[in-house]
Amino acid sequence: MQLNSLNPGESAVIDSIEADQALYQRLNALGFRPGKYLQVIRQAAFNGPLHVRIGSTDVIIRTHDARAIHLRPSPQHPESPIV
Amino acid sequence: MKRVALLGMPNTGKSTLFNRLSGASARVGNWPGITVDLMSAKILLGGHIAELVDLPGLYDLHGFSDDEHVVRHFLSHHKVDLAMIILNGAQIDRQLSLALQIRSLGLPAILLLNMEDEAKRAGITIDTQAMGRQLNMPVLAISAKYGSGCQQALQLAAKTIAEHPSPSQPQLIASKLEADNQIEQEMHQIVESTVQMPLQLNDATTDRIDRVLLHPWLGLPLFFASIFLLFQFIFTIGAPLQEGMAWFFDTLRSAILEPVLASLPAWLNGLLLDGLYTGFSTVAAFVPIIVLFFLVMSMVEDSGYLSRAAFLMDTIMAKMGLDGRGFVMVLMGFGCNVPALMGTRVMRSRPMRLLTMLVIPLSLCSARLQVFLFMIAILFAPSQAALVMFSLYMVSFGTIFLTAILFKGKFKSHEPFVLELPPYRFPTPRQIWLRGWQEVKHFLQRATKFIVIGVVMVWLLTHLPMDAVPASPETWAGSIGRFFAPVLDPIGIDTQLAIALIFGFVAKEIVVGSLAVIYGLQGDALTQQIAMHIDWVQGMSFMLFTLIYTPCLSTIATLKSEGKSAGFMWLSLIWSLGLAWVISFIFYQTARALGY
Ligand SMILES: Nc1nc2c(ncn2[C@@H]2O[C@H](COP(=O)(O)OP(=O)(O)OP(=O)(O)O)[C@@H](O)[C@H]2O)c(=O)[nH]1
Ligand SMILES: [Mg+2]
Repeated sequence: MQLNSLNPGESAVIDSIEADQALYQRLNALGFRPGKYLQVIRQAAFNGPLHVRIGSTDVIIRTHDARAIHLRPSPQHPESPIV
Repeated sequence: MKRVALLGMPNTGKSTLFNRLSGASARVGNWPGITVDLMSAKILLGGHIAELVDLPGLYDLHGFSDDEHVVRHFLSHHKVDLAMIILNGAQIDRQLSLALQIRSLGLPAILLLNMEDEAKRAGITIDTQAMGRQLNMPVLAISAKYGSGCQQALQLAAKTIAEHPSPSQPQLIASKLEADNQIEQEMHQIVESTVQMPLQLNDATTDRIDRVLLHPWLGLPLFFASIFLLFQFIFTIGAPLQEGMAWFFDTLRSAILEPVLASLPAWLNGLLLDGLYTGFSTVAAFVPIIVLFFLVMSMVEDSGYLSRAAFLMDTIMAKMGLDGRGFVMVLMGFGCNVPALMGTRVMRSRPMRLLTMLVIPLSLCSARLQVFLFMIAILFAPSQAALVMFSLYMVSFGTIFLTAILFKGKFKSHEPFVLELPPYRFPTPRQIWLRGWQEVKHFLQRATKFIVIGVVMVWLLTHLPMDAVPASPETWAGSIGRFFAPVLDPIGIDTQLAIALIFGFVAKEIVVGSLAVIYGLQGDALTQQIAMHIDWVQGMSFMLFTLIYTPCLSTIATLKSEGKSAGFMWLSLIWSLGLAWVISFIFYQTARALGY
């Protein structure tokens, strides 16, 4: 499952990130790292970008680029959603 | 002299701290990528003068965009005695990675965790002592915006420099910047052991506002409605202010200047009063409105709404080969096109950057706003003013969209779109004041420089040769008008307007001033004269042309330097001139055909 298939309100844990180096580094710097919990807050109209909350940071990302982020289901009550 | 560099991720408050420590006024805004170039200032550090350097933000040391390149270039070519690393304390869980990267460069460094106020409000506690021990560098929590900890930061900087007297070695850093480093593990471990974050982290106020402003269907209509209301507001408050200024300048002229200058020779008297004074005072009457406009702009920029606008518009922009950030640059261009062009440095892909730079000059900047305010007040009823202004903004968007669609095939790009969404922030009165003052200074500088030159030239053109009746067809201005008549007649632009347009090429601030000089009138007399000379169809055609053709020489120079290509500059120049003519032509001929 990839981030682009997550609906607003749903959450998951990052399993891996498969992107070219530039995007990988940028995602890393914004807090996207394997094992982190994230949540999709909303999506803009007409299949627009996703508004994602990850740790302390809110990020918007195009669905096309969200495909780089592979997810696994999150545990029902994350013990520590931040780290 | 010791050199201290501010390093940190974008939007963490580097420029805010820079301003606070040095008293300078670098531009601040709640948008990652406001600073795209270096700026330096002198500060007093431990009893000595030191140089403080504000740099663009960078996500990591190996970033690929032009603004990140500025930082790498700086570090690889200049000795640095101390790096002040600024991170957003409220986002320490991810930003610490940059501090670790910088530490591996081996520069003397201190870590400042900024936005202490926000971190505290979010319930985040950080053990700075323990973090400092683990990082092996001093760590201090500060708030650059409200000032807490800033003096301690200076003392800490002085102390650290004294303890590490040898500056960085640029070559060594250059080679280290090439190498990659593994810091993930270490960051995780430090954050685990020194930071406590609550489970629920989001800012409830921001969430509530976002629920409305980012609503999937209401978001965009709300955006356009608020632009309209903003102009209604600026007109309502600004118009009386402007009238007051105009009255003041009229009175000053008749009560003091005319009697005092009466003894001068007629030509000098004319040049000073009908040339310089008329031109300058007509433009200066707009200062209150421009100030108001920039106060509003600075609040929008500092609020964090820009990133939201990017979110709302990205899908539409993508259809035009641009992305949400391009839209934000267009909005910034409403203030002035030059910083907006520079702001495109955050884009990594060159085609996308060029396409964005091609559309920015079409965004209705404050100098053009002033021309429109002037013309609209003459040609339209006050009740229609805001609507006409709003429609000009829509035309501006329209030409931007059209240009992007037509050229996107030539500038194809695949740049990922990932952008952080900062919380809403409200500028302090000090920030608003600083920014407003900065813009007024900028406006007056440009205005005086261009107006003095432009106005004198216009005056000469309309008064020479000596035996011609001023502003008549026999003057040089008249010959120029006749020369351009074949192209300008079909769009309803007469000689007087043509002269204004030609000088407007240098800067739009000149347009209004030169109209005043051309007609040799100021204040109410000027507006009545223009209203008699041209009708609203001609006026609108003139405004459309002014809106679309090249904004000013500074913009052209920036296009050339940022685009690193003269060909690109010419493309932009010729395209906008051609488009301006075609649109004015269609408008003018259609309106006339319809019987207006
Ligand atoms: N709450 C709070 N906001 C701050 C603080 N310092 C800066 N800000 C705000 O953070 C935003 C970014 O500030 P800037 O100084 O432009 O940040 P920067 O690091 O220079 O950003 P770039 O130039 O884009 O890299 C602005 O809205 C500031 O008002 C602080 O201590 N507390
Ligand atoms: Mg800055």
